[in-house]
Amino acid sequence: MHSDDHDENVYDALATADDDGRWAFGTGFDAGTAEIDAPVPDGVDRDDLAAYCLMLADDALIASQRLAGWTAKAPELEEDVALANIALDLLGQARVLLSRAGHLGAADPFRAGPQDDEDVLTYFRDDRAFRNVTLVESDAGDAGDFGRTIAWILVLSSWRLALMQRLAGSRDPVLAAVAGKAVKELTYHRDYAAQWTLRLGDGTELSHARMQAGLDAVWPFVEELFLAHDVERRLADAGVAVDPAALRADVDAVLEQVLPAATLTRPERPAVGLVGGRGGRDGVHTESLGTVLAVMQSLARAHPEATW
Amino acid sequence: MVTATARDAAENVVDPEMPMLTLADLGVLRGVETTADGTVVVTLTPTYSGCPALDEMRADVRRALRDAGHARVDVRTTFSPPWSTDWISDAGRRKLAEAGVAPPGRLGPRPAGGPVPLTLVAPSRTVACPQCGAADTEETSRFGPTACTALRRCRSCGEPFEHVKEI
Repeated sequence: MHSDDHDENVYDALATADDDGRWAFGTGFDAGTAEIDAPVPDGVDRDDLAAYCLMLADDALIASQRLAGWTAKAPELEEDVALANIALDLLGQARVLLSRAGHLGAADPFRAGPQDDEDVLTYFRDDRAFRNVTLVESDAGDAGDFGRTIAWILVLSSWRLALMQRLAGSRDPVLAAVAGKAVKELTYHRDYAAQWTLRLGDGTELSHARMQAGLDAVWPFVEELFLAHDVERRLADAGVAVDPAALRADVDAVLEQVLPAATLTRPERPAVGLVGGRGGRDGVHTESLGTVLAVMQSLARAHPEATW
Repeated sequence: MVTATARDAAENVVDPEMPMLTLADLGVLRGVETTADGTVVVTLTPTYSGCPALDEMRADVRRALRDAGHARVDVRTTFSPPWSTDWISDAGRRKLAEAGVAPPGRLGPRPAGGPVPLTLVAPSRTVACPQCGAADTEETSRFGPTACTALRRCRSCGEPFEHVKEI
């Protein structure tokens, strides 16, 4: 079917529809999302809520970027598709949360061009402005060692699932909506990682050794997952956020179910040190984040005014 | 006020990734309303958070409504309540099967409270082969070519097929 009507071209239609399909590196999302405009719940500080949305968005965004590196590099085609799907789900979660954070003013200090909030926050913040836990930036998620990445997804998805399940009851309608949807997706991610952990851990001598080494590599980042930032603590008290300390039991229960079945040993390795008690939630990151951001941001920064 | 033509036009837009289904069949069309100033407000919900088809759905809905004579169209998306495969209509399930895609099973209400149980061994629930009808099929990958499908293979006729996985 062909028509001279320019709307027949989906890209033209997008540009017309959203008025924000013009910047070369992103398409608009927040413009049409019903929940984004929701008022800040009573008694909640707007900046706190923006910071919290950014924390949960950055966890998903950086994890997604890490996983995207596996595309065309996974050991089997099916795993390539699986890892890309997981990355896509996380990106979707990140985009809504970035838009909400932007709506609450988080993008304003970084805006330098025509981009949407989510694009400003993704491409034009430096590492110190990212609020993700350091687990997600670690090179355990990098394409290279499949067993290590499986351990990384197992820990990450077990933790995020426990978090999102509780967050589905948040007083903030955006967080509640994102969480309600994320629970379903993360359940699939966690099952995928758990089933591979079982297969590799209880597989051959080599696969067992590599799965154990993968788990060992991820372990130093686990403790940070349960440390509460002041913003998280304040918002948890207000019924908006989840205190990460409350998630430890759920994550432990999953690992206690998976690791023995996979003949793996729970590692005993010291946690990656915080700097003066500050970690990823404060913008204090490991060297790995710089690598992730360089890949993710360089093109957009080289052409900040590019349009199509 | 909802005009029948606006609703019909929105309902009959097809899903970009599974074009055998209309948006109504898929259960992603959450509302069609006409505001006082004549703007048609269509509300969609994505199947998955990162569903890449959503932007195209929005463009397609907008175009369909314009073709039906509605000049002012606002397409919004909502995430709550989250989409479930239970919202795929009976007609949609039939169309999927006819197109060689195994429809999802019915999940029913999710039990409330307590942590989400872990599935260490892939469930043995039967998914019938959409080609030959045999019940003896196996999952080859939980993640398929689109966010909402898994890959399976029939042990009886040997055909691979897609399955809209329950969510």
